[in-house]
Amino acid sequence: MARYLVRRLLQMIPVFVGATLLIFLMVNVMGDPVAGLCGERACDSATAAQLKREFGLDKPVWQQYATYMGNVFTGDFGTAFNGRPVTELMATAFPVTIRLTLVAIVFEIVIGITLGVVTGLRRGRPVDTAVLLATLVVISVPTFVTGLLLQLLLGVKWGWVRPSVSPLAPLDELILPGLVLASVSLAYVTRLTRTSIAENRRADYVRTAVAKGLPRRRVVVRHLLRNSLIPVVTFIGTDIGALMGGAIVTERIFNIHGVGYQLYQGILRQNTQTVVGFVTVLVLVFLVANLLVDLLYAVLDPRIRYA
Amino acid sequence: MSRTPVTKHDEGDGMTSLEMAPTDAGADGAAPLLEVRDLHVEFAVRDSVTKAVNGVNYSVSAGETLAVLGESGSGKSVTAQAIMGILDSPPGRIAKGEIFFQGQDILRLSEGERRKLRGAKMAMIFQDALSSLNPVLSVGFQLGEMFRVHQGMSRKDSKAKAIELMDRVRIPAAAQRVGDYPHQFSGGMRQRIMIAMALALEPDLIIADEPTTALDVTVQAQVMDLLAELQREYNMGLILITHDLGVVADVADKIAVMYAGRIVETAPVHELYKRPAHPYTKGLLESIPRLDHKGQELYAIKGLPPNLQAIPPGCAFNPRCAMAQDVCRTDVPPLVPVTELDGTELPGRHSACHFWKETIHG
Repeated sequence: MARYLVRRLLQMIPVFVGATLLIFLMVNVMGDPVAGLCGERACDSATAAQLKREFGLDKPVWQQYATYMGNVFTGDFGTAFNGRPVTELMATAFPVTIRLTLVAIVFEIVIGITLGVVTGLRRGRPVDTAVLLATLVVISVPTFVTGLLLQLLLGVKWGWVRPSVSPLAPLDELILPGLVLASVSLAYVTRLTRTSIAENRRADYVRTAVAKGLPRRRVVVRHLLRNSLIPVVTFIGTDIGALMGGAIVTERIFNIHGVGYQLYQGILRQNTQTVVGFVTVLVLVFLVANLLVDLLYAVLDPRIRYA
Repeated sequence: MSRTPVTKHDEGDGMTSLEMAPTDAGADGAAPLLEVRDLHVEFAVRDSVTKAVNGVNYSVSAGETLAVLGESGSGKSVTAQAIMGILDSPPGRIAKGEIFFQGQDILRLSEGERRKLRGAKMAMIFQDALSSLNPVLSVGFQLGEMFRVHQGMSRKDSKAKAIELMDRVRIPAAAQRVGDYPHQFSGGMRQRIMIAMALALEPDLIIADEPTTALDVTVQAQVMDLLAELQREYNMGLILITHDLGVVADVADKIAVMYAGRIVETAPVHELYKRPAHPYTKGLLESIPRLDHKGQELYAIKGLPPNLQAIPPGCAFNPRCAMAQDVCRTDVPPLVPVTELDGTELPGRHSACHFWKETIHG
């Protein structure tokens, strides 16, 4: 187990370097990094050259990358477009997005798994068909359409929720955005759970559980669901990273000042440091989430042993 | 059908002519532990109906072992599932019949009452212990669950009980292995755990559905011996479902041979081996490989078991039977008592063959 963990952590290094290098190169190709520093006008060439020298942008790209990474590991993510350290931006943006992601994950787990179990046990019945159709609709309609539509209906027309989230983004205001963010994954979780339940419900060990005289609820939850959740947990785990990065659209719609919003601003203003910094952290989140899922996998299925 | 289905059940009067003759325990007039009467089970498949069980009658008394013998698809497992109340339904459905357990028609009980019987009063041992045990729960959890659910026992006490049970079925180092998962045990040990689980609440009836089929021959004997020993000790009724004639001989008291969802012959175990009274049983016995016939071709019953969606009219075995006459293709042979040539009844012996006399007496 310890050896496995060490090996996995070592494997994360090349992935981390590769991903960050790629994003570093892409952002550099994107445009002139100093262009955004002079406000709306273009910088005059003398100032631009001076700024470039100041930021070390006249050095070769690999050297820039090495310097940047060196700084990152001392906790210096550089300066954002508003002249403040990127870390300061992160400190305000990440808690908001983490809260939003948590709301979304809770929706995925509670609604997705419940619907999956209900439909999996009643395959081919009207409930199953209805839910299946609904998931198909959710999967095929892009998030910005569902998001804007719900915002218009619930927020503007009926006034049930605030159409845009206040800067502090309290939990209750994140319910609708969380649902929108979760929607597509929720549909996948439903389908995945449904298939898994339907597949396992005729399993021999389920028959044994019934023959033991266990109440139906216990048979379903302890025996059937426990086995059927293994692939679902894997999906939800890897989805954490995807949700945090994918929150860009949802955060734009509901005006949430989270990671997605800051990334968007960073790209708009061509602020290399912000973009690379945020993406670097997201890559880390993704890698750690994946590692945790793999470890959880062994807990859920004792037949899997890591050596 | 020549037999009249029993419509009224008077528990007191015990045996009617239609029931399988009670062997030992029933002889004093007490009702047997379990009695299946004219059981019919169907499965709805697309636009047709598979008739898996077509009028089965059998009974088991406390301390008695009934072996139900038959090929795959003969309805032996489905009958057992109907008794346990674990038929896959839908598509499965009990079309007709009664199942009396401890004097009460359990088919009339509510699902909740049936559930309380399962595990506590009647238990089942399945064929493949690896797939029949939950792969993600420890054996201790699965054993202890019986006590926690049925008796409301605490986690700690139920664990102690689980260890005790594992000791009981002679699993070495039970206390250390109680937290292990099914895949960490050998096939024989896993089957012992299945037995322990069935035994947990000391039920009155155990149904063992091919308990040794998935095991090595040497392990088979050990597991079978253990099962027989525990059955004697707890004085349980045991229904042993098998297609292995070798397994049956040592442990069973009586045998019921099934074919196409019906019982075609019943007999005390050694009588059946000596003098079968049905051509199908005879064919089964002749197809056992024998050491003294080395080098000869093995005997096999020609043909295949019937399609249960289209069972042939008359005797279901007629297309494969060497003795079949016209009457076999039209009339379903009733299960009748088998007698000696002079008319002396042979206790416990019945055959559903128009020509049982010719079969048993040559």
